[in-house]
Amino acid sequence: MDDLLSEFLTETAEGLGTLDLELVRLEQNPDNPALLSNIFRIVHTIKGTCGFLGLSRLERVAHASENVLGRIRDGEIIVGPFAITLILASLDCIKSILAGLEATEAEPEGDDTALIKQLNDFAEGKISGPAETAAAAPVETAAPAAPAQATVKAPVVMAEQPDFDAIGNVPAPQNHELPSLVDSPLTQEAPGAARDPAIEVKDSAVAASNIRVNVDLLENLMTMVSELVLTRNQLMQILRSHKDSEFAVSLQRLSHVTTELQEGVMKTRMQPIGNAWAKLPRLIRDLSLELGKKIDLQMKGAETELDRQVMELIKDPLTHMVRNSADHGIERPADRARIGKPETGTIVLNAYHEGGHILIEIGDDGKGLDTVNIKKKMLQNGLATEAEIAQMSDQQVYQYIFKPGFSTAAQVTSVSGRGVGMDVVRTNIEKIGGTIDLKSTFGKGSTVTIKIPLTLAIVSALIVECASERFAIPQISVVELVRAAPGSETQIERVNGAPFLRLRNRLLPLVALDKLLRIGRESEEAQETYIVVTQVGGYSFGIIVDRVFDTEEIVVKPVAPILRDIPMFSGNTILGDGAVIMILDPNGIAAATGEVVAHGSAPVEQAAHQRISRAAQKASLLLFNSGDGGVKAVPLALVARLEEIDRSEIEFSNGKPIIQYRGKLMPLVPIGDSIDFGGEGRQPLLVFSDQTRSMGLIVSEILDIVEEVLNIELGSARPGVLGSAIIAGRATDVIDTGYFLMQAFDDWFSSPPNEEGAPGDRLKRILLVDDSPFFRNLLAPLLSVAGYDVNAVESADKALTLYDQGDDYDMIISDIEMPGMNGFEFARTVRGTDRWCDLPIVALSSHTSTHDLELGREVGFTDYIAKFDRDGLLSTISATFNMPRGAAA
Amino acid sequence: MSQQLVPAGQKLPKIATEVSHDYVSIFLDGQMFGIPVLQVQDVLGPQRITRVPLAPPEVAGSLNLRGRIVTAIDLRRRLRLNPLEDGKIGMSVVVDQGGELYSLLVDNVGEVLSLSAKTFEANPATLDPTWREVSVGIHRLDGNLLIILDVGRALDFAVKVELN
Repeated sequence: MDDLLSEFLTETAEGLGTLDLELVRLEQNPDNPALLSNIFRIVHTIKGTCGFLGLSRLERVAHASENVLGRIRDGEIIVGPFAITLILASLDCIKSILAGLEATEAEPEGDDTALIKQLNDFAEGKISGPAETAAAAPVETAAPAAPAQATVKAPVVMAEQPDFDAIGNVPAPQNHELPSLVDSPLTQEAPGAARDPAIEVKDSAVAASNIRVNVDLLENLMTMVSELVLTRNQLMQILRSHKDSEFAVSLQRLSHVTTELQEGVMKTRMQPIGNAWAKLPRLIRDLSLELGKKIDLQMKGAETELDRQVMELIKDPLTHMVRNSADHGIERPADRARIGKPETGTIVLNAYHEGGHILIEIGDDGKGLDTVNIKKKMLQNGLATEAEIAQMSDQQVYQYIFKPGFSTAAQVTSVSGRGVGMDVVRTNIEKIGGTIDLKSTFGKGSTVTIKIPLTLAIVSALIVECASERFAIPQISVVELVRAAPGSETQIERVNGAPFLRLRNRLLPLVALDKLLRIGRESEEAQETYIVVTQVGGYSFGIIVDRVFDTEEIVVKPVAPILRDIPMFSGNTILGDGAVIMILDPNGIAAATGEVVAHGSAPVEQAAHQRISRAAQKASLLLFNSGDGGVKAVPLALVARLEEIDRSEIEFSNGKPIIQYRGKLMPLVPIGDSIDFGGEGRQPLLVFSDQTRSMGLIVSEILDIVEEVLNIELGSARPGVLGSAIIAGRATDVIDTGYFLMQAFDDWFSSPPNEEGAPGDRLKRILLVDDSPFFRNLLAPLLSVAGYDVNAVESADKALTLYDQGDDYDMIISDIEMPGMNGFEFARTVRGTDRWCDLPIVALSSHTSTHDLELGREVGFTDYIAKFDRDGLLSTISATFNMPRGAAA
Repeated sequence: MSQQLVPAGQKLPKIATEVSHDYVSIFLDGQMFGIPVLQVQDVLGPQRITRVPLAPPEVAGSLNLRGRIVTAIDLRRRLRLNPLEDGKIGMSVVVDQGGELYSLLVDNVGEVLSLSAKTFEANPATLDPTWREVSVGIHRLDGNLLIILDVGRALDFAVKVELN
């Protein structure tokens, strides 16, 4: 049922219930103006709401009875049993209509003219019940029973007969009861009793299954449940130290009930996100009129529930982003038609749960973010220098739209473009512990993904210790933990006293928690410290702490007003052992280290590893020990995950090792024969995956991730080894992942399952042109795994030979810098051919300067991809294939 | 010990003839203070108090009172008295101020006194300004003076900052 309607039903049923009582009381105290005005108000509200909802029949009846009440209120009619009866009759009529409304969600058919006429006539004084005259008589109110009976009976039965019939016309189950009611002379004596049978039938089911509860009450309940959870946690902790306690079973039961209670109470605070979206269709409609665009708003997952507190906080950011999409994203119909898109642009809202978080995507198929434009703006506003910009990846460039005062809209419209907005959006989202992420493809649209916690009341937090004090850090901001000790591989270095950590070849700014919070330590500086790598928006930094304990689910409580001005804390909580601890606010800490942010290096950090990989010919390589003494390397881009498993979990099937991994069986392949993975202990694994299958490569030890200029020498005759390269100063074998994948699944490359990349029966054929054997060997398996049929050649000339041989492809991926014919010339040549002229050509390069981009487009490249951007490559390929051919060319 | 002296909110029998007020007596550095009994929620023995870094110096930290987090105020510091000798931990008087609970750290808690208005006097002009600020007035007792503490003002550190 429509929310509005069900709310109306609940509210009206409540109102009617009150009315019944009040009218009876009014009859007994006709001179009570407060009572009268209350009755009048309720009827008026019902009438008003009916009109608003377009329930005309209900409105007419309510209006007529309001008229009568108005007259009574103005003192023009004296309250008597007849008036009350008449109003009660109209209420009964309203109830029966409501019953029909509840059953069918539409007003039932029926004719109320007789009742309305009678009400109107009465209001105008054309008819009057004899009781009215009796109103002056002292007996009337006190004892209407015997004396009134005779006088009232005749006229009322006469007058009201048609009314009840009229009411009886509505398809309500009380039909048969009404005549007997009317026939009874007692009807008039006790109006309260008279309407009872009708009410019994009409008690609203909606009203009965819903009650309105004050939000404060719910908040209170939530607090109490939180306390209960904490107490439960304390009890469980005590229980752990008393094995075989006789309380164990009861406590276990208590624990379950508490968990269920907590979930139940949480649910009362949950609302479907659709409530926050309710006004968006209207907004989009108005916007599309105002902007002259055609926009279709699709909303998916509107029933996804989240805490109402969270919802209140994301309502405005959501509206803002949808507005942004409509204004900046979607092009005008003419522009869309020109580039082969449907005239109507689409904005998709999608909400879903994922691991204790809610993800909300706001996507559009508009023009996407124009990096060239953003970069121009960045220069204009002095946010970055040209040299810095040249180094940035698109993802880093996008981060700038979250800067205050940044708007790329060419003109300020009434809708947006004033440059306030995305920064506020991000601030708001981060305030509630959420993150915001932006993906965009120029010309194809952009998608903003917001990740927010389900509830603010209970969060998962990491408990750390610093200078003998414990603190909680919300888990959502924690990226990783690093142990640092003097003399070990990871150690803290200082530049002019400021601590830094080298983490995967970049410098991570560090904040010493004891110094930040000015908590003195009694002992000397700890020998061994931990660094909590924290991310706030695009800014990563490390917090130096002494110890790291466990993660705990904590109930966030606001700090006392006296302490509210301290920006470092977002709240406090009570731990399982009963101790109060402060919850650190990563936003506050990031702001406190503001100088770092101000230098502009901060947002660059986020994608620093991407930047490095984009530097000429550098690749991220994972180094590991193969067990036979040799260090081996594999391009990190190929590795899906690094895992450490318990050796006891390894099982054997057909003599081959397998493991249950994420609900599936995953074959394990040892990197060398010398690896012994029997026995106890932890076993490191490199996991390779495509869409449906995974394979685990057993290695003896995972050593490091390095970024290196790769100069690979082919010529290894050994199976499984691609060749050797000098990595970190040592000759290192680079493994051939294809070889190991084939060991796990013979058919890994022959019939790769693929849903996204290549729709259609035939595999899409891709011609890969690259002079570097390393890249050919890196990309060919990657693309094969993704479900494409790949042919890799080492030069443009070779590629053109294939053309002459009559080979056909669906796409060409080409390097730019090649000996002989370079990529630009090659693209130009291809565009000039007969058969290949409208093939999509994707450029593959480590150079992505604006100039290159423009030149690339000019000569006919469809898209431009950085060499090590594995995901980018795959998504570009799949997007290109899914694009209409005309637009691709 | 004296914790059991007065359950929160319970009044002692009044002296029938005179208007009288009940105070929980507390001791700080030998001086006796009185807190209106109706404002007192709990009297606690020594508690585990979590320091709150960067908080005003008067804030001793936070403590857990049956699942509620209560801010502990170091009354000695508030009144510019020297801290307690090392190793000694005082008692706590939990008061309700505007819906928030605060725990006032004191050296010791005495009995509940029922005092008539007859013995009451306004703050003498010579009283230390910091003390005068948090004091409503003084009751003359036999052999002792009882300073009536204004809890609201004792918790309002901003006033003190102004004075500085």
